Amino acid sequence: MSSVAATAQSAGKGAARAAARRLARSQHGAASAVRRPGWITYTILAVVLVISAFPLYYTLLLGSSDQVSISQQALPQLLPDVSIFTRFADVMSSSQINFWLALTNSVIIAVVVSVATVLTSTLAGFSFAKLRYPGRNALLVFVIATMAVPTQLGVIPMYILMSELSWIGKIQAVIVPALVSAFGVFWMTQYLESALPYELIEAARVDGASMIRTFWSIAMPAALPAASMLGLFIFVMQWTMFFWPSIVLGSANPTLPIAVQNLTAGYHDDYSLIMAGVFLVTLPLLIVFAFVGRQLVAGIMQGAVKG
Amino acid sequence: MAALITAEPARGSTSPGPGTPRRLGFSQTLSRWDVKVSPYLYISPFFVLFALTGLFPLGYTAVVSVYDWNLLGGQGEFVGLQNYADVLGQPTFWKSLVNTLSIFLLSAVPQVIVAITLAALLDRNIRSATFWRMGVLIPYVVAPIAVSLIFGRLFADQYGLINELLGGLGIDPIGWHTDRLASHVAIAAMVNYRWTGYNALIFLAAMQAVPRDLYEAATIDGAGPWRQFISVTVPQIRSTIIFVVITASIGGLQIFDEPRLFDTQGLGGADRQWMTTVLYMYDVAWGNQRDFGRAAAVAWMLFVLILVIGFLNFMLSQRIASSGPRAPRVRRSVTRGLLAEARAAAAGTPRGAAGRGPDTTATTTTDRRDA
Repeated sequence: MSSVAATAQSAGKGAARAAARRLARSQHGAASAVRRPGWITYTILAVVLVISAFPLYYTLLLGSSDQVSISQQALPQLLPDVSIFTRFADVMSSSQINFWLALTNSVIIAVVVSVATVLTSTLAGFSFAKLRYPGRNALLVFVIATMAVPTQLGVIPMYILMSELSWIGKIQAVIVPALVSAFGVFWMTQYLESALPYELIEAARVDGASMIRTFWSIAMPAALPAASMLGLFIFVMQWTMFFWPSIVLGSANPTLPIAVQNLTAGYHDDYSLIMAGVFLVTLPLLIVFAFVGRQLVAGIMQGAVKG
Repeated sequence: MAALITAEPARGSTSPGPGTPRRLGFSQTLSRWDVKVSPYLYISPFFVLFALTGLFPLGYTAVVSVYDWNLLGGQGEFVGLQNYADVLGQPTFWKSLVNTLSIFLLSAVPQVIVAITLAALLDRNIRSATFWRMGVLIPYVVAPIAVSLIFGRLFADQYGLINELLGGLGIDPIGWHTDRLASHVAIAAMVNYRWTGYNALIFLAAMQAVPRDLYEAATIDGAGPWRQFISVTVPQIRSTIIFVVITASIGGLQIFDEPRLFDTQGLGGADRQWMTTVLYMYDVAWGNQRDFGRAAAVAWMLFVLILVIGFLNFMLSQRIASSGPRAPRVRRSVTRGLLAEARAAAAGTPRGAAGRGPDTTATTTTDRRDA
């Protein structure tokens, strides 16, 4: 304990006590080395949690209320009630928004884009991470640099291009430009660099596998954890995307976010219905989140450390 | 035969140097081509599609911007910089720029501060960590368009919940949709709602990569939690802070969804008080003017602005992060030494005999002051 005594001299008694506590604990293993925080931490976190969840709850409240109460009270009731289901049914059957078409479009776009982006990204990531060829580094630097390019600002020529192709109002206009992702390529390259040993690739090549076979049977399974995370992110991104779809699809062939906009245009004073629609559109992702939220958290944290 | 096939590709897959030319059968030739061409083939989908749907449109925006070009009539005459002059002469353009910057600052600054604080809380040894982490991420799965509508209601001028709460505190209702600055605050709140938790997790990951020794050492040096946060945590995660700030500025300057549905007209309010630049571009191209040439000029100018601001951000963040706190920083080499010693003493190893202990510490302490 001599050093703790020294700490007491140089840094004061409190620090020495803290140091002594910490040292005593560190002998029980790393996990218990750090003290459990007090109730203040939990209180603040709980407040944050309430702020995160409250807008959704409020949506549900307004959705299960009626037009008149909403226009006269900020908080028409404290608990949602079953009338929300009637409103859901109203939204689904509304001729203004074509809910089922929007849902189908959203599902098709999100699924196709996430599967395709994962494939193109993993393929490119495999090439960048594990194959050697002239120009590789320069090309990889180019990919990384493009992540900072605000490509959204190219919408006008994109629109002209789509109208040349007669794709205006068709979902391929949303799908095709989204099939690749610089972020995805970078992400998979990073992952495969560490997750896929050269020995495995060489073993496959020795066994006579072609390059594509090596990719499919060796690299793809190794890439699966990162690939599924990437797929999740792309899915969320596509599901919530509004700017480009709203321009190129328009209200006739909507995705869910566009349907919500149509709802506001069609029933601009019926906030109960609009909020029911907002909740209905958010619900699928909330359900997905309940199952894969853990993976999303892990994905963000992994990407942060590496990126 | 088997040896011939297997030896070639195995070597080729790692180093496609000039292989010794032997008598090659068809399958070997094919295999060599496979090795040479495949790497390029695999990255080609990205490059081809990105060139077509990312780079080409961005570059072609410059071309469109020097033509008289509209939604219905298509390409017209070459007009040089006329579109730029027209746009720069429209007060709404300037208003939209100020609005965008104002909303960006109102969202980015509090967001980074709150996210770092939140991350510091999550970084403490809390129980059921995953639950809390998922909790802060909930807003991320809510579409911006939905956030916009919900917050449009929360920030309603009449019978909005926020105004009611303010009323409870004795504050007069605020015209969230009429007052310019107030509308910016409301829109910034939407951005912050969706992204603060996400960024907090990024910061949390960076914080967890900070060696725990540093904290233990700082504790031994007598640094309290706040001091540890300022002198250890923030300097250690500076590159992450820069990353988040730059990402936030690239996204924040292109904000569209949130202001678009803040009211039902979707054009930034009666006086365009919350019209952002991308919203303005949208309005020029597909709204009132239907003028692609001018919209392209807006896009191109915004593009340049984003590059400039991104660069400024980078410089600024680096300065802030590297100038650091005024007080002397906790030096790693010294604290590590101290720590190793403290551990040795606590474990009872005979490294520092009872009499020598304070002595050694004294020298290290002096070292630290000199350094």
